[in-house]
Amino acid sequence: MTPAIHAPHAHAPVTVGRVMATVMLALAPATLFGFWLHGWPAILLWLVALVTALATEALTIRLQDRPVKPALMDGSGLLTAWLLALSLPPWAPWWIAAVGSAFAVVVAKQVFGGLGQNVFNPAMAARVMLLISFPVEMTAWVRPVPITSGAAPDLAQSLDITFAGQGLDAMASASLLGHVKTELGRGLELGPVLANAYQPDLMLMGNRVGSLGETGAILILLGGLFLILRRIITWHGPAAMLLGVALPALVAWLIAPQAYPDPLYHLLAGGVMLGAFFIITDPVTSPNSPWGMFAFGLGVGLLTWIIRAWGGYPEGVAFAVLLMNAATPVIDRYLKPRIYGRDRRGRPHPAREA
Amino acid sequence: MIAALLSLTALGLSLGLLLGFAARKLKVEGNPLVAEIEQMLPGSQCGQCGFPGCAGAAQALAEGKAAVDCCPPGGADLVQALAAKLGVEADLSGIKASVPMIAEVQEHLCIGCTKCFKVCPTDAIMGAAKQIHTVFREACTACGKCVECCPTEATRLTPVPVTLQSWYWHKPEAGWVA
Amino acid sequence: MTFLKRLHTRGGVHPEGMKSLSEDCPIAPLPLPDRLYVPLQQHIGAPASPVVHVGERVRKGQLMAAGTGPVSAPVHAPTSGRILALGDALAPHPSGLGITTLTLEPDGDEAWLDTAPPADPFALAPEEIARRVGAAGIVGLGGAAFPSAVKLNLSRRSSVEVLVLNGSECEPYLTCDDRLMRERAAEIVDGIRLMNLAVGARDVLVGIEDNKPEALAAMTGAAAGTGIRIVAVPALYPMGSEKQMILALTGREVPAGGRAADIGVLVHNVATAYAVRQAIVLGHPLVSRVVTVSGGAVQVPRNVEALVGTPVQTLIDYCGGFSQAPARVVLGGPMMGSQISNTSVPVIKGTSGVLALTRAEIGQPEPAPCIRCSSCVRACPVGLLPLEMASRIRAGDLAAAVEFGLKDCIACGSCAYICPAHIPLVHFFNYAKGELAARERTRMKQDATRQLAEERNLRMERIAREREEAAARRKAEKAARDAAKKAAASPPAQAASTPAETETA
Repeated sequence: MTPAIHAPHAHAPVTVGRVMATVMLALAPATLFGFWLHGWPAILLWLVALVTALATEALTIRLQDRPVKPALMDGSGLLTAWLLALSLPPWAPWWIAAVGSAFAVVVAKQVFGGLGQNVFNPAMAARVMLLISFPVEMTAWVRPVPITSGAAPDLAQSLDITFAGQGLDAMASASLLGHVKTELGRGLELGPVLANAYQPDLMLMGNRVGSLGETGAILILLGGLFLILRRIITWHGPAAMLLGVALPALVAWLIAPQAYPDPLYHLLAGGVMLGAFFIITDPVTSPNSPWGMFAFGLGVGLLTWIIRAWGGYPEGVAFAVLLMNAATPVIDRYLKPRIYGRDRRGRPHPAREA
Repeated sequence: MIAALLSLTALGLSLGLLLGFAARKLKVEGNPLVAEIEQMLPGSQCGQCGFPGCAGAAQALAEGKAAVDCCPPGGADLVQALAAKLGVEADLSGIKASVPMIAEVQEHLCIGCTKCFKVCPTDAIMGAAKQIHTVFREACTACGKCVECCPTEATRLTPVPVTLQSWYWHKPEAGWVA
Repeated sequence: MTFLKRLHTRGGVHPEGMKSLSEDCPIAPLPLPDRLYVPLQQHIGAPASPVVHVGERVRKGQLMAAGTGPVSAPVHAPTSGRILALGDALAPHPSGLGITTLTLEPDGDEAWLDTAPPADPFALAPEEIARRVGAAGIVGLGGAAFPSAVKLNLSRRSSVEVLVLNGSECEPYLTCDDRLMRERAAEIVDGIRLMNLAVGARDVLVGIEDNKPEALAAMTGAAAGTGIRIVAVPALYPMGSEKQMILALTGREVPAGGRAADIGVLVHNVATAYAVRQAIVLGHPLVSRVVTVSGGAVQVPRNVEALVGTPVQTLIDYCGGFSQAPARVVLGGPMMGSQISNTSVPVIKGTSGVLALTRAEIGQPEPAPCIRCSSCVRACPVGLLPLEMASRIRAGDLAAAVEFGLKDCIACGSCAYICPAHIPLVHFFNYAKGELAARERTRMKQDATRQLAEERNLRMERIAREREEAAARRKAEKAARDAAKKAAASPPAQAASTPAETETA
């Protein structure tokens, strides 16, 4: 006789694959906007990242003698590569995406034991590795040339850009964060530096220099709200991260507006929006409890602003995420939900005086 | 140069004094480990470990003279617990899965020789000369002494029967582990 | 009002109700089966001890087995007939083990034992009500099957302020309490009043999930003018868990490791209240209960009133049999019920449902690795971290799981229901709880045997000492005797020269 199966004898219609697919669905609008904004090279880069992730994941799982199909079908490798691609300069050469994707899957995930075991966010670990190893390629930004405009490269030119590394110079530009960092470093005042580079309305629409998928602020926000509605994530992490960036930015801006940009600038520039809704909400590397997520988000936000304001790099989301990933076990240890019938410190409630 | 030498010497002296002071002040009297280990052992004094009773075995274990798997009645659980306590590696390969056992007297073979209940360290066998002996389940530790001494092989160890009261869910298969 | 109540719920999940399958089917009496199999333990506590012998004829409601010890419940004949056997039969339990069972052959008369119901049940003393509830073999009918009289007595002694009646029926599929409240609201209210006579609570609250408007209306009508308050609670699993119901209705939490009585609350199921009414007003012991027969593999889902001891197969046959081979047959609800491997097992006092579920309804593909999504943390009504507890248990570190609050887990299954990786979380927890209990039993046995061994050693030493002393005494006596003899018989010089003589003396 086969032993009885334990309750429950019903299950919510969810699987790991469905969770990943929902996140990809939420990412799709911002990604498509990125494709439109940066044209064919962006699409090619994204494809290279995804294909590399699938191939390297299949290879490593095969080396471990585990069934390849279920591990690929859960979509976690795809999602990692997708997020990495969104955080790359859109016209970066193909090998940036390939090396990064392979690093994310093999070193940052499978080496730790595969899905659910990794300590650091694979996409961010790969981005940081790329940024440190290949700083030139990783900071080679381009002006947005929407795919529908005449200036956009056609598919043939795009293949050259991505796979032969040609045609970048004509479109080269600087990211806002990089521009501001450089100019402030030269001892300039913030006002004139920002005067023609900072257009909040355009930034809100996503029409700015930046990584492949980090610019469409409104679309990212919509995707994030969709995930909150579908109960894939809670509001605590994203809200805390935005708060963690905006609050110190506000204080510093009020004290010294000539040296520190305003909070809106910090929220809309760089990868803060993408980070808040799609990066720090990676379940594996973030805390368990809603208030743990809040603390985590706050920490990421704060560190991001600190790195931007006082650090050597113009952007700090990836570094901040990795630093807070390391703090996740500590947060989990101290921010547990209160247990029914116990106080916050775990002591049982006293019985009624009879 | 002189200053560096002096400061390092002073540092070494003061730290040494501190350590010496701590060693005296925080000295632990006796070895509480032996008592703790004795509490973990079955306590039936069956002697299968080769030491004089469980206290002797505890002493030997604490001094590292006995292996953590020296106690057959304790089973794999005890081996694991002892290994954790003593901070050593436990080799569980030689130990059978710890199914709790109990002695049983097969009535058709028992000749009532009284040998078994004389050797039982916990008085778990009841009977009298020329009468069939029975095992008092609550007291039996499955040490096996009665099995060794039985002239007709009437006593044997059998797994404790599972009842609705003692049954519980098995550990789930860990096939989903990555 | 609803906003306030929202504050008093934590976690929980919204499984698909599936109640429409059977909620409009009136309670139907089940025809007498050929045989009834009545286990002697249908409750938490000590098994009942049989007071009838094989071959004896019994009347309906006659005592067949008496409760033993402080926590136990008697078992009565579900119908009139002859006792065919007393022995082990398959238990309605996932283990597939046997349980001592009385087999009864009904004679078809349904002849009740002569009963002497009190003239005015509402004039009975509190102790008398509790005594009669205990004598009627009433146990918690919500599923836990704890002897009700024990709870009533305990609550009276600790002066309970709030009596809560649990009509939430939060398990999917189950509609037996819903139907009972719709059809027999007046009797339930009588039962509640009798219970409160026994405990003397200041407030009496009936919590019913807001997905049962008819039951709410019927109970509100029946309770009018009695001071009993009917409260709609949000439909959120596991609202029917005692601790969660108390939190929702009173805003108070039962202390960890304590009982509801510790905060002056007593919780009973509405079906238990009905059974109390039948026992006190009619003098009928608990011999039948309403059972929901449902699930995608049942031809015609319905609610039946089944005698205790009726084989599950009889209920299924009455509902038209299986429409397809069921993937699983479950006793109770799908969230906490237990799978049975054989439909010959009987319905017992705590059986609220018989579910024949299809593969699609169960929906459990192979488990995947945990992605730490924390769905289980958000679903846990207790505030535990199921993913952390399960990973510790998987690694064999039960002590760490206890640190995370394993003993506070109510095994409601919300975590396992919601887990996208389909990890059998609650299975891990029940394994760990069972393993810990087994270890505790082993430890207690070890303590006992250690004492036995010490006593034996002392005894052996005493015997050895006594033997030595006796030997020494004999030796001394003998020496004294010899000396006396020698002194009397011969001069010392001669004695020394003839040692052989002395030796033989």
